[in-house]
Amino acid sequence: MPAMVRKLAQRLGMLQHSFVGGVHPNMHKLTADMVIEDVELAPMFVLPMKQHIGEICSPMVNVGDKVLRGQKIARSEGYLSVPVHAPTSGRVVKIEEHAIPHPSGMGLPSIFIESDGDDLSDQSIAPISDWINTDPTLLRERARMCGLAGLGGAVFPTFIKLVQDKRFPIETVVLNGIECEPYLTNDHRLMCEQSDAILEGMAIIRHMVGAASGIIAIEDNKPDAAQKMQQALDARDDMDGVSVVVLPTRYPQGSEKQLIYTLTGREVPAGKLPMHIGVLCQNVGTTKALRDAVVLGKPLTERIVTVSGDALPNPANLRVRIGTPVRTLFARQGLDDFSDIQIVHGGPMMGERLKHPDFPVVKSSTGLLVMSRPAMGAAHKVEQPCIRCGHCSEACPISLVPNLLADQCRSDQFEKAAQYDLFDCIECGACSYVCPSNIPLVHYFRYGKGQLALQRREQAFAEASRKRSEARDARIARENAEKAARRSQVRQTHAPKVETPKVDVPKTDADKAVGETAESKSVESKE
Amino acid sequence: MTGLLYALASLGAFALVAGIVLAIAQKVFHIEGDPMVDKLDALLPQTQCGQCGYPGCKPYATAVACGEADVNHCVPGGERTMLQIADLMGVEPKDLEAEPVAPMLAFVREDECIGCTLCIKACPVDAIIGAPKQYHTVIADHCTGCTLCVEPCPVDCIDMLMKPELIEHWSWPLPDTKRAQLGHERREQHAGHG
Repeated sequence: MPAMVRKLAQRLGMLQHSFVGGVHPNMHKLTADMVIEDVELAPMFVLPMKQHIGEICSPMVNVGDKVLRGQKIARSEGYLSVPVHAPTSGRVVKIEEHAIPHPSGMGLPSIFIESDGDDLSDQSIAPISDWINTDPTLLRERARMCGLAGLGGAVFPTFIKLVQDKRFPIETVVLNGIECEPYLTNDHRLMCEQSDAILEGMAIIRHMVGAASGIIAIEDNKPDAAQKMQQALDARDDMDGVSVVVLPTRYPQGSEKQLIYTLTGREVPAGKLPMHIGVLCQNVGTTKALRDAVVLGKPLTERIVTVSGDALPNPANLRVRIGTPVRTLFARQGLDDFSDIQIVHGGPMMGERLKHPDFPVVKSSTGLLVMSRPAMGAAHKVEQPCIRCGHCSEACPISLVPNLLADQCRSDQFEKAAQYDLFDCIECGACSYVCPSNIPLVHYFRYGKGQLALQRREQAFAEASRKRSEARDARIARENAEKAARRSQVRQTHAPKVETPKVDVPKTDADKAVGETAESKSVESKE
Repeated sequence: MTGLLYALASLGAFALVAGIVLAIAQKVFHIEGDPMVDKLDALLPQTQCGQCGYPGCKPYATAVACGEADVNHCVPGGERTMLQIADLMGVEPKDLEAEPVAPMLAFVREDECIGCTLCIKACPVDAIIGAPKQYHTVIADHCTGCTLCVEPCPVDCIDMLMKPELIEHWSWPLPDTKRAQLGHERREQHAGHG
């Protein structure tokens, strides 16, 4: 159907809105029917000091300290940040740099906690069972102090979104249960097993932002989850205006902006947030964690992780303490030999490929996949020239022109790429997936974004340095002028007949060049 | 005859009007300073390090703008800055005189600092704080790594350290496919030979 006809039909309400582009990868949801298993406590936990988008935390415990489960061990420095909590009771054995799941292979300062096996909890955070009569700002502070960050993988600090802003009132709360990445089933299982806790979390969110309506969005490849959520919804009496919406499966439907457009027909403008169009979108896992933080007084110390992949003997959905070394999880599922295997943190479309399994589970760990090399190698064999087939443009959910952008990034024309909206790319990987020439398009975009960010940082630094340098020159010139003025005054009082020049002359040619510009500036500023 | 007079009168009137307009335009659109200097200055890294032989970035920009200096003297700017300057000046790019070194930071060993303020006076971007007979320290975020503070220190307590690499500032490398690497090499060659 031509795009114009489709848009018209959507406007008239004859057709459901739907984001453009997208792909249909094989879903490989191997663990869809597997009940979430609790994982035994690991002997040692590693807590990186930054597990969210924003500023890094600083440790507030010392080596040798005893800690309890849920005790705050690192405080946030700055607004865009959430604290880190101990996943179990034990002793802090060291604080040093450790590898984190990051494509650079670099590490971050981390707190190592040796488990004492008792798993005693910190009881200092009181449960709020009467949240309906609690001030939303208090609940917001609770979300912050419990370390909540978006568990769908983006780990944006949750409390920032949970705000009542008079300029942008939230009308609709969207609960994101799409989980469009292949292999991952953690949200799916959570919806099946703890639907009521999720709905209570949603009720808390609605109370906090004052939203009238709510949508629970689930893809049609999870009919059991949709059914469970619908049943739980019917059983609750505080859910007026909330409905379960089942959408046809398509990647990347779970992306916030794409999902909001599909559900409401409203587009989030570039550079804006969903709140600017009156929508709040939360992942189901985060919603459940918010409910635990409020109703049970439990900080975020565990999450559900799908451990899967074609090279793993026993795939499973696991409830894992944050900080658990992933090597122990793989060993638990029957994998010890990591030769000729690719480890992926997150989903196969957007996740990070990692070189080794020596990193801990963090708040963003939606999935841990181990793929045999042939399966991964098929994705990007040899890059061939672009044949201008246009598949990538059709697949792009934000209507960019990936082949053009890749050319610009490859030839270091970053500013040009930025003009063609490189920074609106969400790196979903749909273009790379469909490319018949195996061009690693998203990789080019990441390269381009990084280089452009670097250039802009350098420019900003140079600009700041120039200002400081000019301010210094002006100050020196002013001090010199003042000194000269004082000197001449002294001379005038002692020997009034002798005339002296008012401004002293810089000594060398080099000083002159600096002095002249600076003097003219200081004179201007005095006027 | 009258035709000639008309022609002379009309042309003369036109010249007069044009002259007045031009005179006014010159006053109204007058630009202070040389715009080329500012454009060149904006390309320079503003370390104020003096490695170009001039006492700062602006003096070097001034020298380049009036043709006194070559385009390849800025060491910290590296090849990219040289190419940009050459492009702006419309001259052939030249090979760099010195290899650019990795970004550095000055660091004062505070135990040994005697509080003489000489380094504070030497710093071109006011990145060192301290007072007489008090420890001095370098504000790492403001330090351009120009090394101008090292020389004046009477007790040699300033080290130049490698700038730590931040994970937030890490960026993806070019894909390691043959096509990406080939294109990159070709471009570097092209830049090297003008």
